[in-house]
Amino acid sequence: MSSQRDKKIDVEYVAKLARLALTKDELKRLEEQLNDILEYIGKLNSLDVREVGPTSHPLPLSNVQRDDVVRPSLPVDEALKNAPQKEAGSFKVPKVIE
Amino acid sequence: MAEFYKLTCAEILKLYKENKATPRQVIDSVLKRIAEEDKKLKAFIRIDKDSIETQLDAIEDKKDKPLYGIPVAIKDNICVKDEETTCASHILEGFRPPYNATVIERLKDRGAILLGKTNMDEFAFGSSCETSYYGPTKNPWGLDRIPGGSSGGSAASVAADETILALGSDTGGSIRQPAALCGVVGLKPTYGRVSRHGLIAFASSLDQIGPIAKDVTDAALLMNAISGYDPNDSTSVNIPAPDYTRSLVNNIKGLKIGIPKEYFSYEMDKETSGIIKEAIEELESQGGRCEKVSLPHTDYALSVYYILAPAEASSNLARFDGVQYGLRERKTQNSKLKTEGSPLIDMYKETRAEGFGSEAKRRIILGTYVLSSGYYDAYYLKALKVRTRIKEDFDNAFKQFDCIVTPTSPTPAFKIGEKSQDPLGMYLSDIFTIPANLAGIPAISVPCGFTSKGLPIGLQILAKPFNEEVLFRVAYTYEQNTGWHRKKPAL
Repeated sequence: MSSQRDKKIDVEYVAKLARLALTKDELKRLEEQLNDILEYIGKLNSLDVREVGPTSHPLPLSNVQRDDVVRPSLPVDEALKNAPQKEAGSFKVPKVIE
Repeated sequence: MAEFYKLTCAEILKLYKENKATPRQVIDSVLKRIAEEDKKLKAFIRIDKDSIETQLDAIEDKKDKPLYGIPVAIKDNICVKDEETTCASHILEGFRPPYNATVIERLKDRGAILLGKTNMDEFAFGSSCETSYYGPTKNPWGLDRIPGGSSGGSAASVAADETILALGSDTGGSIRQPAALCGVVGLKPTYGRVSRHGLIAFASSLDQIGPIAKDVTDAALLMNAISGYDPNDSTSVNIPAPDYTRSLVNNIKGLKIGIPKEYFSYEMDKETSGIIKEAIEELESQGGRCEKVSLPHTDYALSVYYILAPAEASSNLARFDGVQYGLRERKTQNSKLKTEGSPLIDMYKETRAEGFGSEAKRRIILGTYVLSSGYYDAYYLKALKVRTRIKEDFDNAFKQFDCIVTPTSPTPAFKIGEKSQDPLGMYLSDIFTIPANLAGIPAISVPCGFTSKGLPIGLQILAKPFNEEVLFRVAYTYEQNTGWHRKKPAL
């Protein structure tokens, strides 16, 4: 993992993935702060857990499902109540591609 | 006017039964208290007097219900139908949920009065209540100090007698740490004990809603109201919840209490250490058998948390993009600036840039990074494996011990602004509370003393999954024999 430890986080690239526009100041500050945090997190490098199973959540539950039966659900107009823009029973958004 | 606002839930319920008070009188007393104190404290974001009136008008048919006429303050990340719910973020300004969180339905069914929404760190990201879009809440024990976070508003409102009960949420300590710093009781239930349906998610495998109250009895009463299986929450567990008031027993004779040596090897404020030591001695004098125990992976918990929690947060916050609710920004379109060719993506980026505060952005970037291709295994997957070890440490300890006792916070309440420029320093405030969330185990914080500056200190008790009963028993015994909860801040 030492190669990861030496790598600095490419904040601009990650911001693109996260659909977040950052100012130059924010970029700089985040780079410093996040590299500090990642350095601290590097503590985990000293642990060998290759044989250990991951715990993604604490309960022994999986595939909690209900029967595939139609039930009353949120009416469309309720769901659209907070929409910044709506039309024809849908959320209205700008074009994906110009 | 009688000072009903000073009372506990149990005391008020008794007055109602004896016809010595009415809900309207109690609510009026509490609202008057808020009018007097909240300009200073800013514990509340929003109080809707019309909504309170409507609730009071409809209350009489709930006269025999267990929380009849009791005002409860609600942290602003819990959805209340048609009432603004913002998570103290600009990006959710104006959002009115079309449904009630399950805990809200349960409170209403039990006759409680929803008092208003309390301040919090934005999206629960924080340990000081300073990242709120509305500005910080003040600690009633020192107005230049933080109340703790992220449920700072809920804890401060209870400590200042601005409400009788409050709900908070806890992902890495956000109920317990502010409870400790404000001198009140706060409980994080076992993961899956209380429904998360309607809790705006921060980290789905760590979040729990829980009670914040003036004493252990009140915490048990509120816990009774909110606990239980919910088919609307697929992480809710179908194990019947007991009546927690039956655990309010003043007796811990023979109880085996583990004192984890790793927790006490951390740098702690000297006075805090001394106070915790005395609290442990008190438990021993009550018949508890305290012995050292090792939780070997303690030192890795903070690192694991600051990979997993931001990762889950980055996923949960992806929905705040200007499409369905809250803020929508169209700067590029409005100014006809050249875009990258996708107006929709511009909208996402600008909305999120404008709508999120700096801590939210920090966590989203960190979370996205640790999940991204090439880094997922080294960070996220590794953290999940270490999480297994942390959980195993507790499983092993609970084979030998009935409960574990630690400090809740390494320091008392620090000054506003003291750590706000030092994210890592801020994260270290949660060092004692985080492990319980990672393991999914229940934990309570009870007041256990005051520093020489008059700042509260909390004692944390941890138990194995679904054993909140032992937490109530130990907390109640300790409280009844020490009485710290009776001291009130001078406002």
